[in-house]
Amino acid sequence: MANRKKMTGAQMVCESLLREGVEVMFGYPGGAILPFYQTLPQYPKLRHILVRHEQGAGHAADGYSRATGRVGVAVATSGPGATNLTTALATAQMDSSPMIAITGQVPRSAIGKDAFQETDVTGVSMPVTKHNYLVMETRDIPRIMKEAFYIARTGRPGPVLIDIPKDVQQEEAEFEYPDGVDLPGFRPVLDGHPAQIKKAAGLIDEAQRPLIIAGHGVIISRAYAELLDLAEKTGIPVITTLLGISGFPGDHPLHMGMPGMHGLAWNNLAIDEADVIVAIGMRFDDRVTGKVSTFAPRAKIVHIDIDPAEIGKNVKAHVPIVGDVKRVLTQLNQHVTARHDHPDRKEWRRRVDKMKKEHPSLRIRDAKGLLPQYVCSALSEVTHGDSIIVTGVGQHQMWAAQHYVFRDQGTFISSGGLGTMGFEIPAAMGAQVGRPDKTVWSVAGDGGFQMTLPELGTIAQEKIPVKFAILNNSFLGMVRQWQEIFYQRQYVATPLFSPDFMKLAEAYGMMGLRVKDKAGVGPAIHQAMKHDGPVIVEFVVVEEESVYPMIPPGLSVNEMIEEPEKMVAMQDSKEASS
Amino acid sequence: MTNASGTTKQTIVALVADRPGVLNRIASMFRRRNFNIESLAVGHSEQPDLSRMTFVVNTAPGSAEQVTKQLRKLIDVVKVSDITDEPMVAREMALIKVKATPTTRSEIIQFVEIFRADIVDVSPDSLVIEITGDEDKIDALVRLMRPFGLKEIMRTGRVAMPRGSASADAEDQDEELRYRANGGKPDGEK
Ligand SMILES: Cc1ncc(C[n+]2csc(CCOP(=O)(O)OP(=O)(O)O)c2C)c(N)n1
Repeated sequence: MANRKKMTGAQMVCESLLREGVEVMFGYPGGAILPFYQTLPQYPKLRHILVRHEQGAGHAADGYSRATGRVGVAVATSGPGATNLTTALATAQMDSSPMIAITGQVPRSAIGKDAFQETDVTGVSMPVTKHNYLVMETRDIPRIMKEAFYIARTGRPGPVLIDIPKDVQQEEAEFEYPDGVDLPGFRPVLDGHPAQIKKAAGLIDEAQRPLIIAGHGVIISRAYAELLDLAEKTGIPVITTLLGISGFPGDHPLHMGMPGMHGLAWNNLAIDEADVIVAIGMRFDDRVTGKVSTFAPRAKIVHIDIDPAEIGKNVKAHVPIVGDVKRVLTQLNQHVTARHDHPDRKEWRRRVDKMKKEHPSLRIRDAKGLLPQYVCSALSEVTHGDSIIVTGVGQHQMWAAQHYVFRDQGTFISSGGLGTMGFEIPAAMGAQVGRPDKTVWSVAGDGGFQMTLPELGTIAQEKIPVKFAILNNSFLGMVRQWQEIFYQRQYVATPLFSPDFMKLAEAYGMMGLRVKDKAGVGPAIHQAMKHDGPVIVEFVVVEEESVYPMIPPGLSVNEMIEEPEKMVAMQDSKEASS
Repeated sequence: MTNASGTTKQTIVALVADRPGVLNRIASMFRRRNFNIESLAVGHSEQPDLSRMTFVVNTAPGSAEQVTKQLRKLIDVVKVSDITDEPMVAREMALIKVKATPTTRSEIIQFVEIFRADIVDVSPDSLVIEITGDEDKIDALVRLMRPFGLKEIMRTGRVAMPRGSASADAEDQDEELRYRANGGKPDGEK
């Protein structure tokens, strides 16, 4: 065959990456992956970004993939390099992020001998990947690469790891890239079953108090237009889960915000009253449902998901629909009746709006110091809700989710399922590499920022213009909040020393801005946006501020704490009863 | 089949790729999902490159469907059927090494004959019995042998197959997948 060519395994990997449309990868070299690295100069179209830690490579690839919808690629050496990737793999797996990890392995003859830097990486990564491979023959590389990309991005996306022994990278074989894959065990269903679609449409048409809960699936499947169409046609309010945020325009009259543990109160109350819930590409995480037995007690549930195993896993679905969100919504939109102006829809929306007014979860009170909520809300205003926001995990994540009004789609990037602190810097870096046209803001806590802080070096070296907003509360804030509520303010291991972030910015050659009061917030954000390099803005915020409302873990909506006063009351009654 | 502890014994048959690591992948999934495997038997199938596995799983109420769904998610798993409620042939094989003295030997041999089992090895102080049947039959023989002195027992775990012309592979028990089979178009990329 004409396109057959002899190549080394390493060349095959590069060639395959090119064929899969890869332009950039994030990685860190080492002995077992060196043959691959040493061929990179032959492939100038493959940009390699040298990170400071393999976890950073993984999160960067993940952030890149979430921001672009393309497959992110991370590269690491064997043993410690590969094990450093695992947190990022688990993060991507939990949030269904398509990603390819390429790791070096010791030569085949050394496998199983506890060789230097040998780890059974396929074994280690099994629970945190969608699939993985140990390549034992060079000639298998093209097929495996083709399969890996296909598996990573098809159906419910996820990370795929390819472990390649050093000698397999060096050996030569004939290269022929397959046109398709032959995976009899992997045939995701994309279209919804017509009978189920009709059933769902019927249920939606008849509903008196319907709600849509839109999850990450809407963003993964890029089904924004279809979701908007469904909502507007039917006049159903749209709740977005944490990872569903930015799947529906934040300034739309039907937009409701986030439900669950730190969800806006009205969402939880509306879910409690709803008679039909259309759950789209969401998986009923316990942070959404609270106590499952009391979740949406009155509602019939239409559950749309590409992964059949999600249906019925946590919450029973009355009408299950397996399929790709975009396609299913397209089908569904053809069957639902336009009921936007129907009196009982209007009545339900009035009811929901009344709940919103009675529970003003987003009101920012007056305070002496700088409130983190104020910072998030100002960030939203100054950026016109048009930046990509990448968060860490903790209070700042919840405040960003609550107070930033996402106008553009797919612009909220956060570790939802695993809740990985340290995601904020490298994922923002990856997102910015993938979307140079957008301003990327990393909203970070002082804790999480220090977890992957060396990636500032990568950002400086590559001149990646990410803007960092550190909400510095001198605590591991979210844990401190739990200690405040559940452990009578015993602040063990949560007060946190931080380096001088301004000096740190200087050390990395970045712009640094420190803000201590309300007046400084807007100007600093403006200044950071104008600067065309990376900026660290440190917001020194009120230390003991907590995120409300809150439904304590395992409890139900009627046990929601809306304000601190009620929390104190609850603590008293708890103490009294114990 | 619900037992005293409220769990159900599920019999699942799966066709899987015959590749290194597949067993590990499956076992690891069961462990991770907190599914309790009672037995697992693996062997070649009638198709090259594919093995067939029989699982017996103790499932908590409501989780039976999850077991098959999670199994199906594994890329190396080609087909899964829950045949618990189907007419099926289910067998297990066991090797039982039992102490045998000149005085007890003939008594043991009598039991073995009644159970239509075989004696496959004889030594001065022990016998090895081979028995095939459902688990109850094997349990019963084991109970009878216990007083003689059991030296070693080796059981294969259950292998199972639907009766008649039904094939485990053709049958898709899962409701979701029935919808799929009728309406969904397999294959395709986003
Ligand atoms: C890797 C990791 N370790 C521990 C935790 C537990 N955890 C959740 S939130 C949190 C505190 C986060 O502190 P910070 O980054 O300062 O953000 P804040 O809550 O103050 O906004 C911790 C320790 C986690 N989510 N991830």
